[in-house]
Amino acid sequence: MENYEKTTVKDFKMDQAARWCPGCGGHAVLAAVQKALPETGIKKENIVFVSGIGCSSRFPYYINTYGFHGLHGRGAAIATGIKLANPGLSVWLATGDGDSMAIGGNHFIHLLRRNLDINILLFNNKIYGLTKGQFSPTTPKGSITKTSPNGTIASPFLPGELAMGAQGNFFARVVDNDLEMMQKVFIAAASHKGTSLVEILQNCVIFNDAVHAEITSKELRDDNTIFLEHGKPMLFGRNKEKGLIREDSRMKVVQIGQNGITRKDILIHNAIDREDTRHYMLVRMMLPEYPIAMGVIRSCEASTYEDTYYGQIQVSRDKSTIKNVDDLFMSGNIFKLENHNGD
Amino acid sequence: MKKRVKVIERDDVVVKFAGDSGDGIQLTGAQFSDTSAFIGNDLATFPDYPAEIRAPQGTVEGVSGFQVHIGHKEIQSPGDQADVLVAMNPAALKANMKWVKPGATIIVDISNFDSRHYKRAEYVEDPLGDGSLDDYNVVRAPITEMTRDVVKHKGLDLKTADKTRNQFVAGILFWLFNRDLKIGENFLRDRFRNKPKLIDANIDVLRAGYNYAETVEAIEATYRVKPAEKGAGYYRNMNGNTAIAWGLLAAAEKSRCKLYLGSYPITPASEILQELVKTKNIGTIAFQAEDEIAGVCSAIGASFAGCLGVTTTSGPGLSLKSEGIGLGVITELPLVVVDVQRGGPSTGLPTKTEQSDLLQALYGRHGESPCIVLASSTPANCFDFAYEAARLAIEHMTPVILLSDGYLANGSELWHIPKMSDLPEIKVPRVLDNDPSYKPYNRDPETLARYWAVPGQEGLRHQIGGLEKADVTGEISYDPFNHEIMTLIRREKIDKVVYYIPKQQVIGNPEGDLLVIGWGGTFGTLYTAVKEMQEEGHSISLAQFNYIDPLPYNVPDIFGRFKNIVVCELNLGQFASCLRSKLPQFHYLQFNKIQGLPFLISELKNKFREILGLPQN
Ligand code: SF4
Repeated sequence: MENYEKTTVKDFKMDQAARWCPGCGGHAVLAAVQKALPETGIKKENIVFVSGIGCSSRFPYYINTYGFHGLHGRGAAIATGIKLANPGLSVWLATGDGDSMAIGGNHFIHLLRRNLDINILLFNNKIYGLTKGQFSPTTPKGSITKTSPNGTIASPFLPGELAMGAQGNFFARVVDNDLEMMQKVFIAAASHKGTSLVEILQNCVIFNDAVHAEITSKELRDDNTIFLEHGKPMLFGRNKEKGLIREDSRMKVVQIGQNGITRKDILIHNAIDREDTRHYMLVRMMLPEYPIAMGVIRSCEASTYEDTYYGQIQVSRDKSTIKNVDDLFMSGNIFKLENHNGD
Repeated sequence: MKKRVKVIERDDVVVKFAGDSGDGIQLTGAQFSDTSAFIGNDLATFPDYPAEIRAPQGTVEGVSGFQVHIGHKEIQSPGDQADVLVAMNPAALKANMKWVKPGATIIVDISNFDSRHYKRAEYVEDPLGDGSLDDYNVVRAPITEMTRDVVKHKGLDLKTADKTRNQFVAGILFWLFNRDLKIGENFLRDRFRNKPKLIDANIDVLRAGYNYAETVEAIEATYRVKPAEKGAGYYRNMNGNTAIAWGLLAAAEKSRCKLYLGSYPITPASEILQELVKTKNIGTIAFQAEDEIAGVCSAIGASFAGCLGVTTTSGPGLSLKSEGIGLGVITELPLVVVDVQRGGPSTGLPTKTEQSDLLQALYGRHGESPCIVLASSTPANCFDFAYEAARLAIEHMTPVILLSDGYLANGSELWHIPKMSDLPEIKVPRVLDNDPSYKPYNRDPETLARYWAVPGQEGLRHQIGGLEKADVTGEISYDPFNHEIMTLIRREKIDKVVYYIPKQQVIGNPEGDLLVIGWGGTFGTLYTAVKEMQEEGHSISLAQFNYIDPLPYNVPDIFGRFKNIVVCELNLGQFASCLRSKLPQFHYLQFNKIQGLPFLISELKNKFREILGLPQN
């Protein structure tokens, strides 16, 4: 890598501690990002963290890189401007389920559609934390919150599903209590060329504690999640004794050794094939029928917006006789007036 | 046989083209303006078209118009009334009769003057036969019929064939104004360079129109308007939207900041975006965003990354951008916001002009959120003020709102082409890499602008954003006293801009009976009205404002020298109320118009006469 620089975790630490609540999932995410960045080899001056508004969006203030704390929902638009202005920068967007799924939904889908090389860290705690406990677009249906005393009415968004509908090319899911998993996936997101969306299942200890308990508790974790890796079989369970197969048009959970199922029957994860419809099924898998899919679910190559844009600039520069603003002024229909005052 | 007709020398002539919005009226108008510019006439234009792309054909509401005022003398307004009217159908005639001078030449497309068209235009009687036009020189030209005849072997379908009609009109005008047909032919070659088949057809029709006018004995006199009295140099015909785009390009090149435009299409500002996407050849980043908010926010992001960030819009879009502009204010980044005003509120009159966003530009944000507010006042000086907006945004690290309007956007005039080397310097408050003294909210003691450190620069990592920051260090601060200090600094920073802008000018005597005040796009008509009254010997002067916030420092001095002050605006008195709050020691009269149309010189003069106690003309 051209601007490879050796950095350490320390380079990305701030003097002051992050001001999230004690026990907030945000702290672990921050630590994982600070550990992942040195492994990307990106120069620290070339990294920019952008955010919207919400608990997650305080992120840029807690990491020692260039940072821009924006407006509610608009982080994606700000990040777009930064990346288009200088494609050499490594641009990260820290956002949440309220920020990106509600008020900033439009910018979110268009960022994915355009495929700028920006890494999105979507902190999904399924609640509004900063405004103190109202439901968000990812809050499970029927939840009682401050603004849904009788239970929420609408179906929640699945960020991954939304991303694929928006032509997204990279989607991964991690959980905030697995540092190693986060680190690995953040590095994968950073090295993916194009918009990378990482959904972080994050715990809000104050307003939605244990919302992800079914996948974070030690006893349930192995049975309730499946960590996917490209080229590897879709196995899960404490002893990898369970797996996924395709039956009719659906995914099915099977036990190795039961009903004649062997390891060979288990599906192999292909994250890079953009036509792989299983990405969609994996994203949608829900408890109790299925384990929750974790890891890099989709990672497909596609041209980025900024590469194409700057490519067009180069072609225009090469083809045009107009090289600067003076040339532009004198192009097309111009005429010369001699001094004929009063003729 | 060439017949000889009288040639009348004129200082100026007003021509109005009118027809259905699909008739190519705007193209004919643009072509006539371009050829006028080419032969050196001074000019001002006023396109006026309905909001619908193809409004109901043949109806009065569907009439699209294009007025051109050309002259040998200085031309500042498109003129109140036309000397020549081209009416492509009865509706066009009906809609424009009140804008035609007595005795004017009226060219009608007689092919469309039938009972069907009369009915659509809601004429009870045949207007050509009822004697109502007896005092005019009416030319009944079978434009549609003859055009179809000319192109019948060209293999065009009827629709395309009829589209070439406007060249028949152009041909008549070329003859009427004693112009060289070659100029028109070259215009067509350029216009249709990607459709060679149309070049041929259009040129044939243009010639046919010219020959028709020469042969038919309906036209009593032709006009000659000599080249304008302008300084020597290169010129071009320039409209307000292109001028803004070019002014921004010039400022970007001068400051060596890449130009970044983040915009969303909106009438009547879209042409700025359309113009700038064409300038990739000089490195412009012009981004069509998913909405107005993304336009301004991406521009702020680009500014953070070191570009000249710009967003362009009209009133409804300015409303949507308010929060974003506030972010620009608190992060103290350069940002140019261009608002090409139109009739509001809401969708209002999208294709008509108005000056009703002034208070929104000044005060339309939450919190104490000052920015610089400028207004351009002629199509060509949209260039100067776009450049000025960018200069002030960069040098003072602040959002600048530039107010243009629909009238300036589409109107055009002669533009004296400048050289880049003649444009003023732009000092960029950059920081050197690894500057140990850099703090995000350290300021230039003179301008109070903070310094512009850009991602990618070594040793200058910092975080900014929408939360209030501590003075100097830029750390998040909820301290009440700090907030007050920062609020005062942000205001003072804008106030200090007064030392970096020119004095307010007065046209006419620096003292007298009446000072006419205008701002922005009303300049042309106010100037013409005031000039005419000055020539009639009255004590009247004009102060047209381009700098709204801050106001130039000499304004109170100017106001104090006049017995009466009248503020003329295309709104209910927004600048007047702003002046009343800033300079309450003066008494302000008002003249306001909210019809989606520019002022008329005649109505302005009537008002001024009334104030001066003179009898009405
Ligand atoms: S409110 Fe919830 S999400 Fe916000 S900082 Fe506290 S624990 Fe974290």
